[in-house]
Amino acid sequence: MAKKFNQLAYTNLDDFVYGSCPNPVTTKSGMVIGGGVVYPEINFTLPGMDINDVTMPKAATIYSNIIEGVLKRAAELYAPGVLVEFETLPDFTEHPKYGIEINRILLNGMKEAAEKYGLKTAIRTTPNDLREFSRPPIMRSGKYWETMLELYEQCAKDGSDFFSIESTGGKEIHDTALVKADIRKAIFALGVLGVNDMEFLWKHLVDLANANCCFAAGDSACGFANTAMVLAEKGFIPHVFAAVIRVTAVPRALVAFEQGAVGPSKDCAYEGPYLKAITGSPISMEGKTAAGAHLSPVGNIAAAVADTWSNESIQQVKLLSEMAPVVAMEQLIYDCRLMNAATLNGQQLMFRDLLVQSDSALDVQAYVLRPDVVMRISAELVKIQDNFLRTRLAAQLTVAELKKAIVEGKVKSDKRDMKWLDKMEKAIESIPDDPNEFYHQMKSELDMDKFIPSEYGL
Amino acid sequence: MATLNDVSQCVLDGDLDGIKVLVQALIDDGTDPIVIINDGLIAGMNIVAPLFKSGEMFVPEVMESADTMNEGMKLVKPLITDDDIPSKGKIIIGTVNGDLHDIGKNLLVMMMESRGYTVIDLGVDVKEEVFSAAVKEHKPNIVGMSSLLTTTMMKIESTIKQLVADGVRNQVKIIIGGAPVTQEFADDIGADGYSEDASTAVELCDQMMCDQSRPEELSA
Repeated sequence: MAKKFNQLAYTNLDDFVYGSCPNPVTTKSGMVIGGGVVYPEINFTLPGMDINDVTMPKAATIYSNIIEGVLKRAAELYAPGVLVEFETLPDFTEHPKYGIEINRILLNGMKEAAEKYGLKTAIRTTPNDLREFSRPPIMRSGKYWETMLELYEQCAKDGSDFFSIESTGGKEIHDTALVKADIRKAIFALGVLGVNDMEFLWKHLVDLANANCCFAAGDSACGFANTAMVLAEKGFIPHVFAAVIRVTAVPRALVAFEQGAVGPSKDCAYEGPYLKAITGSPISMEGKTAAGAHLSPVGNIAAAVADTWSNESIQQVKLLSEMAPVVAMEQLIYDCRLMNAATLNGQQLMFRDLLVQSDSALDVQAYVLRPDVVMRISAELVKIQDNFLRTRLAAQLTVAELKKAIVEGKVKSDKRDMKWLDKMEKAIESIPDDPNEFYHQMKSELDMDKFIPSEYGL
Repeated sequence: MATLNDVSQCVLDGDLDGIKVLVQALIDDGTDPIVIINDGLIAGMNIVAPLFKSGEMFVPEVMESADTMNEGMKLVKPLITDDDIPSKGKIIIGTVNGDLHDIGKNLLVMMMESRGYTVIDLGVDVKEEVFSAAVKEHKPNIVGMSSLLTTTMMKIESTIKQLVADGVRNQVKIIIGGAPVTQEFADDIGADGYSEDASTAVELCDQMMCDQSRPEELSA
């Protein structure tokens, strides 16, 4: 039975802060995520190399060195705990034996750090969504679906604390919507295809997590909203379009929590503040300290209500000081120290607002992450339960919010922004209430070679 | 009376309905179809390209312009033979084996087509031997490969090795791109060029085609 979120988890904007939330999650090692302290979340990846039976010993050694290095540094800097994310490379999911081996290496490194330094750690295991390797994607069965579940299950049995994924249901249509800045198609991809797939996927993941003493943590609209953010950063699409897509992706991400996910949501899910406002679950976020992986206009504001603070990913390469993951670990720990020190001093709200003010007026994508904006839009989203209508409403409310902010001079804008917002507003208004009717309207515009309707229950 | 400048402006504006009327009017007036293509449709896209590069146009607007140009081409193409259709060169494009990222690749396809190139899009997760077979079949001037993962970038190198093994490497220029890819990596693996994004990739191809054609021009 799916959970329903029909009211906000917060009644007071001042309670909506980093480090704590109404429904914290306690890891196997005793870290309470969302219990008052912001923890660093470290992620890392291999340098450029092939993955196969011959190179796996080398890959295993690299991961072993990484985990030893980052946890040693975390202990030296007195980190209150560390969340490790193992976001697999496609080969690790396609060949679960590889992924399972690396996950065990990380778990072993964590165990050694606990014994050697008394360091608390937890691990989030994030397999790849390889279902799109079949073209058109096969979402509900087949080799890629099965290998993904196999990896999840064994990693949970081996001791993983959390499951996450950057799922891709609807991405095959959304990609086109992005490069054409077509909000109708984006809403179809997110609010019909994405939502349907999330219901199917997360029901399975939650069942699997529950059966293996693991938490289903949450998804990310990385392939949707972060792709939009990167395209906007490159000047390919309007920033206002990317900002609207960010919030339009919220109902899709919320489905994981309806199905039983408990957080912390995935680090690159910048829709996290909305999830926290609605579900009261902890969230992971990334910003300035993830610049080694990708640039963004939300470096500070992303931390405003974060419960774990992540670097997204970094390659194992040598920098002047140390290997890059160790550098990232240190940066994250100092970021977290500052936030946690502000909390101890009773200055948490002031610090949150500084994080917000330093970014929110400079880019529309930062503006939509303002806690007051998040609360205002979320309060409307919980009034309806249908996820398609919620997706349409999210887009509608964001367009209205941005138009108002631009007119009032609250956020820097491009001279073309209002034209694009008007265009989106008109397009959203043309979307009918019935998702089936919308699907029939959209059929002529969809490349039916790219997706299989029955894989989305259509 | 419709003019070639009107056609170019129509392409720039992305006016899908207007282009049909204008191109048909020029055809009816007896304007040479090749002139309509070169001095109207492609000329319009030649205005679009610098506007995109300077940030004055977004990709969706460029795509509307490209769609508009193609709409005009549909009316003109039946009047000429395939050999008469001007092409700046032929390029094969694909995302390498094991990699599914295709937005950047698709942007490049669109931009290359709109700049007058003949593009063979091999799609994503393209195996080494498929690239090689496509080179043999289509005889392109350029092969473009992209990768967005640190583990799949090595497939660019294995694809180049495949082209070498099959004896077709020297028949083409190779350009590469993608988040983990750098000029240094391109140099190391023997690619001919690297570009940071789709827009600069088009310029790189223009330069390569210019370099390729220069000896012929000189000998002529």
